[in-house]
Amino acid sequence: MTVAATIRIQEADFDVAQEIAALSRGRTDIGAVVSFSGICRGSEQGEPIAALTLEHYPGMAEAEIARHADEALSRWPLQGLTIIHRFGRIEPGQNIVLVVTASAHRQAAFEAADFLMDYLKTSAPFWKREESARGTSWIEARDHDDAAAARWTKS
Amino acid sequence: MKLKYFAWVRERIGKAEETVEPPAEVRTVGDLIGWLAARDDAYAYAFEKPKVIRAAIDHAHVKPDAAIAGAREIAFFPPMTGG
Repeated sequence: MTVAATIRIQEADFDVAQEIAALSRGRTDIGAVVSFSGICRGSEQGEPIAALTLEHYPGMAEAEIARHADEALSRWPLQGLTIIHRFGRIEPGQNIVLVVTASAHRQAAFEAADFLMDYLKTSAPFWKREESARGTSWIEARDHDDAAAARWTKS
Repeated sequence: MKLKYFAWVRERIGKAEETVEPPAEVRTVGDLIGWLAARDDAYAYAFEKPKVIRAAIDHAHVKPDAAIAGAREIAFFPPMTGG
């Protein structure tokens, strides 16, 4: 069967419980749902922050996430997939990103969610700028995120 | 062709997008970075470390050796920090 991913790039917040419920409601073929929520921390490298502002590349963000969603659907037997990524100003404690994967068994759901998060971090065109008492600065990409994404490349 | 800039690349150049017509000898993304960097101090600052800059042609990631012929929109930005 063909599974269509739900992908949303939005400024507004989302309700994690509602998104999880929507994926499995009325279904008896799903045995496992895995969700990952990325939440804004109140500090970066030990320094308190007031907020993050996420800039994105409209059009490419959708295209890049759809490309990786298609890859996840081809690599794992998923029964459902939801990806939501916010942009704009986000304060500590608020949601940034959500990945929900549904499958008959847990392993596919865990692995696909892990894969998608690694690629959202390293190839979806979003950039975080932090606001703190010292002003604003762009957060730098981390080498360990690239290394995590590279785990999924077949040689 | 249309160029778009994001995050600190956008801030350093001082604009989010523009339309340019580079000369014929500018064939690749890397050539385009070099041509832009030679324009003025703001571009030179944005592209001072060309290896750090990421590029996309028509919404797909590309490497510096990618040909720019036929591109409608080319974007330059720092490594991504979403998720």
